[in-house]
Amino acid sequence: METVLDWLRPDWFFDLSVVGDDYNRARYLNGLWMTVKLSVICILLSLGIGILGAAIQGAKSRALRVSVGFFVAFFRNTPPLVQLYFFYFAIGTILRITGENGLPQPLVSSFGWAIISLSLFAGALNIEIFRSGVEAVPKATIEAAEALGYTRLQIYRYIVLPLALRISMSALGTNLVNLVKTTTLAYAIAVPELLYVAAQIWSEDLNVREMMNVLLLSYVGIVAVLVWVLHRWEKALRFPGYGG
Amino acid sequence: MKKAVTPEQIKGHLPVLLPTRKLMLSDIPLHDRLFNIWTAGALLIAFLASAIGPSFAQAGAGPARSIITILLDWTPSIAKAFGFNVLISIFAMAIGTVLGVGLGVLQVSPRAVIRRPAWLVTQFFRNSPWLVLLFYCILLIPFKITLFGVTIPFPGWIKAVIGLSLPVMAYMSEYMRGAINSIPTGQWESAQSLGFTRGQTMRDIILPQTIKRVLPPWMNLYAVLTMATPLVSIVGVSEVMSLTRAALSAEGRVDLLIPMYLYILCWFFIYCYPISTLTGRLERRYSVKL
Repeated sequence: METVLDWLRPDWFFDLSVVGDDYNRARYLNGLWMTVKLSVICILLSLGIGILGAAIQGAKSRALRVSVGFFVAFFRNTPPLVQLYFFYFAIGTILRITGENGLPQPLVSSFGWAIISLSLFAGALNIEIFRSGVEAVPKATIEAAEALGYTRLQIYRYIVLPLALRISMSALGTNLVNLVKTTTLAYAIAVPELLYVAAQIWSEDLNVREMMNVLLLSYVGIVAVLVWVLHRWEKALRFPGYGG
Repeated sequence: MKKAVTPEQIKGHLPVLLPTRKLMLSDIPLHDRLFNIWTAGALLIAFLASAIGPSFAQAGAGPARSIITILLDWTPSIAKAFGFNVLISIFAMAIGTVLGVGLGVLQVSPRAVIRRPAWLVTQFFRNSPWLVLLFYCILLIPFKITLFGVTIPFPGWIKAVIGLSLPVMAYMSEYMRGAINSIPTGQWESAQSLGFTRGQTMRDIILPQTIKRVLPPWMNLYAVLTMATPLVSIVGVSEVMSLTRAALSAEGRVDLLIPMYLYILCWFFIYCYPISTLTGRLERRYSVKL
């Protein structure tokens, strides 16, 4: 019983070395910046992969469609952590160049691998999301565009994509929030992001509870900002006559 | 399926909506027939073989064992460790589902005192990273709790199960809220007019109807949870990922790295792909036709 009471002690939030100590604060802010950087780059890349993949899935060539389908199925149904390990430990070990001092050096840093791996994972999910958005675009709209003399690329660029983006907005939001949460995996390959930095601080200062709470609140805060941005974007993109 | 309307069917009238026909194998487009789980499996094996193949050339040179022999040697241990992952996912899913359904019902309570905290708990656990919640549970739950003279031990893997069940609970709660809200209000009103209390309405009328709507996302959540189980290796609970890394350092061969990781990826793929295919099929069947 005592352990339970001790565990529920109310002074968790009051002993914050992150705020008080300059060194720890600088480290924490660096970690926060790294997480934000990782999230933003991965979001942009995964959106790019999603748009490109959905465009290819609408292509005429069956080989292209099947290979994109295979990519999506594989990345959707395997654990992101194992994918990250596969990229970092398996491919990263082989991809080495000789550095200036004559020793083999990794070609891509752990930060680079985290970006590649997470972008591919989220990108595969985005392809699926955009594809269902593209499929929901009314056929008559595309036929109308064809009748007006648009080429296939122009139809995708000016008609299908803007409509599909708006249709798949809510599913996209969920996936991007998930992507930000998945950036914590970069901890496993020692990218100095928020979780990694927090783990360093709590193992040096032995303030696990405080750092844990700070960490949870930080992530909820980052996600809240992202949700707010997505909400604003959704509102700006909304077209009249659909939805509420 | 879009079928061409023949001139005989029209005969000068306006085209009419034809009655739906039972789906035949020949109706399925060729690329869907070509690209299914069997061909995906075959492609996967081919992919694996192409990754392993080049290393055969090197393996033939010395007395070293071939990659395939090594993989086969490790297969029983990997299967056992993977079984443990499945066990963790089943336990976490069971706990998370029970708690999540309860929380979801609380979220639609007419009393704001109950509804608001339930909403807050759901949002909090839904928006925090799985790994952070895992760390939270592993580091902050004591290894044993003595309650009223009874000592309950908490080994690492049980703490990991609790840590994984928290986000499951939150997602489940959101699905339940959505499903309950999607039941027409008429159901509530007619139950009320028949003299059902709110609890009876919920239990006997509303909840049974939500099962159909919650089933596809629930299955998808299970697949996501299974793919999250390797995370417990980061917090020091041994499972298939830690075994793989131990196996790799025991063998100490660079050419084994890619095949081994691909092999583990395949294990997860073979377990999760049928679930997600089935989920997609159920989703299409239950989806609201516009």
